[in-house]
Amino acid sequence: MADGSIGLWTVPLAVLGGAIRVSTPFLFVSLGECITERSGRINLGLEGTLVMGAMSAYGISYLSGSPWLGVLAAGITGALLGALHAGICSLPRVNDVAVGIALMLFGTGLAFYLGKPLIEPTAPRLPAIDFGWWSDIPQVRAALRVNVLFLIGVALAPVLYWAFRTTRWGLLIRTAGESSDAARAMGHSVLLIRLRATMVGGFLAGIGGSFLSLFYPGSWNEGLSSGQGITAVALVIFARWDPLLCLWASLAFGGAAALGPALQSVGVTSGYHLFNAAPYILTLAIMIITCSPKRTLTGAPAELSITR
Amino acid sequence: MTTETADSAAAVGTVAPAADPGFLQRHGSTIEYVLIPGAAVVGALAVFGVFVMLFGKNPLDLYFYMYQGAFGTWFSWQNTLTRAAPLILTALCTALPAQLGMVIIGGEGALLMGALSATSAALALQGLPPLVIQIAMVCAGVIGGGLWIMLSGALRQYRGVNETISSLLLVYIALAILNHLVEGAMRDPASLNKPSTREIGAANMIGTIPGTDVHWGLVFGLIAAIAAYILIYHTVFGFAARVAGGNIRAAKIVGLGVTKLILTICFLAGGAAGLAGMVEVAAVQGRTNANLAAGYGFTGILVAFLARQNPLAIIPVAILLGGISASGGLLQRRLGLPDASVLVLQGIIFVFVLASDALYGRIGFLKGKS
Repeated sequence: MADGSIGLWTVPLAVLGGAIRVSTPFLFVSLGECITERSGRINLGLEGTLVMGAMSAYGISYLSGSPWLGVLAAGITGALLGALHAGICSLPRVNDVAVGIALMLFGTGLAFYLGKPLIEPTAPRLPAIDFGWWSDIPQVRAALRVNVLFLIGVALAPVLYWAFRTTRWGLLIRTAGESSDAARAMGHSVLLIRLRATMVGGFLAGIGGSFLSLFYPGSWNEGLSSGQGITAVALVIFARWDPLLCLWASLAFGGAAALGPALQSVGVTSGYHLFNAAPYILTLAIMIITCSPKRTLTGAPAELSITR
Repeated sequence: MTTETADSAAAVGTVAPAADPGFLQRHGSTIEYVLIPGAAVVGALAVFGVFVMLFGKNPLDLYFYMYQGAFGTWFSWQNTLTRAAPLILTALCTALPAQLGMVIIGGEGALLMGALSATSAALALQGLPPLVIQIAMVCAGVIGGGLWIMLSGALRQYRGVNETISSLLLVYIALAILNHLVEGAMRDPASLNKPSTREIGAANMIGTIPGTDVHWGLVFGLIAAIAAYILIYHTVFGFAARVAGGNIRAAKIVGLGVTKLILTICFLAGGAAGLAGMVEVAAVQGRTNANLAAGYGFTGILVAFLARQNPLAIIPVAILLGGISASGGLLQRRLGLPDASVLVLQGIIFVFVLASDALYGRIGFLKGKS
């Protein structure tokens, strides 16, 4: 089959490819945020963490020549930003939503500042696994080039689901999120639990950022993330704080985000920008459908300020 | 510069007791509102100084050029005030809903929608007298921005959608709509490299305050901030809003129309940011294009928090932050710092200001008999 002869099939294929490729940052950020929010705190700063992760991953990969070292650096950067968030939030009378906004601005600013010298050079990228080897069609092969991080993310979702239900750590996080008094009565420090949950959340969000700069789109520039972090935070809300639903929602988002470029590739150029905004419109639409002013959301951690 | 804030705060703290020993205790909370954010800004500047020191720059040079670029000359003052104008308006977009306990961070989106509406109005009315067009632009800008944030308020009230997240999502949607129209239906065929709408016409621009290079947008901002202050602190409506912000159940029990309060306040908040968009079109850009998304909406959030959501305090804080962004160019030229250094400093200030919330009511010498 010759190149381009598959016609309109390009669109669903590109959406499928997008669901796999574009969804990875959504997946990591939403799983990270899921852990943080289950502990009773919301970190809106993951947008900044994502960008910082992307920048540090690219920088370390460029300097060391190893993209995996870059991924690790992104995770550590994210964990440090998470620790900063948790540290400030543990002061009395400090609002976690506001701190998140501040860290969103701080993280993006710092990443742009430190990332200035990184716009030019090319860093080693993460390898991909070719799942499309059986096909002759280049579009199919392109859609099925899957990054290892995506597979890790997919595996992480059921692991987290299981961990929240059965492990000691999962129960502690949920206790802190449902009733900080209960956690305190059991002799645990709520602040410490939340610190760890926010750091793990930041670690995952940082790794999500490393995917942006080291695989897709695969370079560092200042327009790399436009709201993926905040979309992922919203995604956690309508995934009902359930890691498995986070996975499905991320896939849907990746597909929606790939719709604009896919339609452009078959010649539908009008409305390009509107299709690019599809993930945000989708988020808003789903929030409008699933939220209700009458009751708090099912599955919402009771200590969470944002669902009041 | 910031040292001024700290100096004036220190002056209040040191001079006053001689005149009246009880002064500190009686005005403790007011002094706190100046002293604590001032100290937070000074702390943030110190941390930023250490930060640039790590890159081999002299922090004293940094402070000197920041002062020069922000307030050192008449030219820099005018630059600062020009940037402060939209900041006052976008800060109101966060500060007004904050009276109701809402955290709206979508000022940037309202600014873009205001700019788009104002431009549409001007282009539709071409040929009419400039004053008519300018008034129409103000109305269109306020309505465009106002409805945009009112949407967030309505979603919160009728559907329980969190307003922080919805308002931020609406920023990206507004940007997409703007790009869509600017590159499509409203595009000026003559704008090749930078897709833009047609120009609103030089005669319809609002111009500058006589004797300065500062445009009239600053006056719009001052009027809006003072009006917001009067509305919140000296009217029944504002009192009702603050009651609802303090305790929404109490407000419902005494029969306040909470829905009406939320929608009105959100409309006014968005209207202020929309006016900022109108000002940027009618005084600076002359047309609508992607340049308008310059981040005034996001800096406005910081201004509102630094001013502790007080509409009057927003004015000096907006001038301070306008000064910081005005000094960015000089820092780039003289010290070779990247343009993002202003963003880093803003982020550090924001973090310090929020962390300083923990200090209220804990400063020993301000307590005493209450």
